[in-house]
Amino acid sequence: MSSKKMKNNKISKYFLILYFILLAMPIYWMLNTSFKFDTEILSQFTLFPHKFTVKNYVEIFNSSVWMGSFLHSLEYVCINVIITLVASVPAAYAFSRWKFKGDHHLFFWLLTNRMAPAVIFMIPFTQIYSSLGLFDTVWAVALSHLLFNIPLAVWILEGFMSSIPKELDETAFIDGYSFPQFFMRIFFPQIKAGIGVAAFLCFTFSWVELILAKTLTIINAKPVVVTLTVGIGAEGIKWGLLGAAGVLTLIPGAVVVYFVRNNLAKGFAMGRV
Amino acid sequence: MKNRAWYFVIPMIVLMSIGAFLPLMVVVNYSQHYIFAGSAATYVGLENFVEVLHDSQFRGAVRRQFIFTFMILLIEIPLGIIIALALPKKGFWVAPCLVLLGIPLLIPYNVVGIIWRLFTQSDIGVIPKIFEVLGGYYNVTLDSFDAASTILLLDVWHWTPLVVLLVYAGLQAIPDAYYQAAAIDGANSWRTFRFVTLPKLRSVLTLGILLRLMDSFKIYSEPLLLTGGGPGTATTYLSLFVARKAESYELGYASAASLIYFFIVLAMSYIAFQIITRIGKGGKVE
Repeated sequence: MSSKKMKNNKISKYFLILYFILLAMPIYWMLNTSFKFDTEILSQFTLFPHKFTVKNYVEIFNSSVWMGSFLHSLEYVCINVIITLVASVPAAYAFSRWKFKGDHHLFFWLLTNRMAPAVIFMIPFTQIYSSLGLFDTVWAVALSHLLFNIPLAVWILEGFMSSIPKELDETAFIDGYSFPQFFMRIFFPQIKAGIGVAAFLCFTFSWVELILAKTLTIINAKPVVVTLTVGIGAEGIKWGLLGAAGVLTLIPGAVVVYFVRNNLAKGFAMGRV
Repeated sequence: MKNRAWYFVIPMIVLMSIGAFLPLMVVVNYSQHYIFAGSAATYVGLENFVEVLHDSQFRGAVRRQFIFTFMILLIEIPLGIIIALALPKKGFWVAPCLVLLGIPLLIPYNVVGIIWRLFTQSDIGVIPKIFEVLGGYYNVTLDSFDAASTILLLDVWHWTPLVVLLVYAGLQAIPDAYYQAAAIDGANSWRTFRFVTLPKLRSVLTLGILLRLMDSFKIYSEPLLLTGGGPGTATTYLSLFVARKAESYELGYASAASLIYFFIVLAMSYIAFQIITRIGKGGKVE
């Protein structure tokens, strides 16, 4: 029995090692490519850069197109996260604390929007934001992403808020707190983790979303995800540059995840991430 | 008290109406018209829908989409369970394993596309090199089968860790006493898995299946960046197909196709919502 178990353990260990190698390989290949010269990428097959260079990164930092698109992306992501939270926190509070007519239907309608494919909204968004004069601005992208982020944020926040007992609210009101006082001083610290998780997920969604960002911008507000797709199919793609840009787009996600790392596990355990 | 709830949800409703409901009505309006750039739209009723449903290209995209989603679930869910079972339960290696699993989930979709382009491109990638060494043939831009299976492999690489993490969280929630009881009853490892572990994983698995179902149905960036939907139409899934039509200003057609697409997703999500709420009552995994 025990020798069989040992054998099983060994098999699963080798299996895991193999899986993790396969998991890490594509990421390693991007890092590897980003530190090579273009000639080395194209002429040789090398498992590590023989001539190590940061030229690709320098080129991105010196390019106004690349830096501009990184800035545009950051701008609309931040605008979007702020508006999302301002609208979602009160709504989530209402859903978690009160029963009102049609609340289930409203909640379901909200979630269907999260599930809607973004391509559906390509045509109307182009028209609506053009007529508002917002086309090709960061505001157009920020507002269009609300469609997906508000449902997500309400869903996550409702879960966090429902896990806080209602007695907390009632005790505070008996103690004479007004609603704003209660919300800011007592309730807010309790749901900070939830707000962190919601902000993180909205941030990442908005940062990686491609369809709407591509449709709603041309030049003035071109985000980094679109700049990354330029040159597909054309000859003479700068692979090293593409690799370096790919590595750089990972950084914001990594920074944000560092700040919410402890809360993320909690959100994950609730099955809402 | 009851009215107060509405004050709290009104900002959300206003933003969502402008952001979602109004655009959807614009789409519904377009879908009933024949629109040619530069001239007035003519009302054609449901003709666009008839055209879409009879279009072999649209049908092809739907078929590819369903096959893709089916394959995704068929591979990722069992693979995710196997890996989660193989992961160490405690000890030093738990943290590094979980971090490694988390990395693909944090990579933006478009960067996933870039990574895999670098990985599979015929002159510079690893996979073509492996095939070359083994004496096989692999070309992601020319061979339909290679392209479709590469997208599948990419998605398995990207999203299996999500299933693993969900199942792993579910496994942690099963008390040891259950396994001891099974051992006393003389159950072998398969029967222990089938009658003790699997039932306890029901809610996490449902969540995993639903998430993968929804998201794989919306796949867009990866095929766009990796293959551009080609060669031919081998990797043109529904989102890519509808986006092409919208980009070529076939507004009436694209709108009708969008609505049919939305209806498919909505029907699936309604069933999904019913299952989620029912299982939520049955006992949630902490």
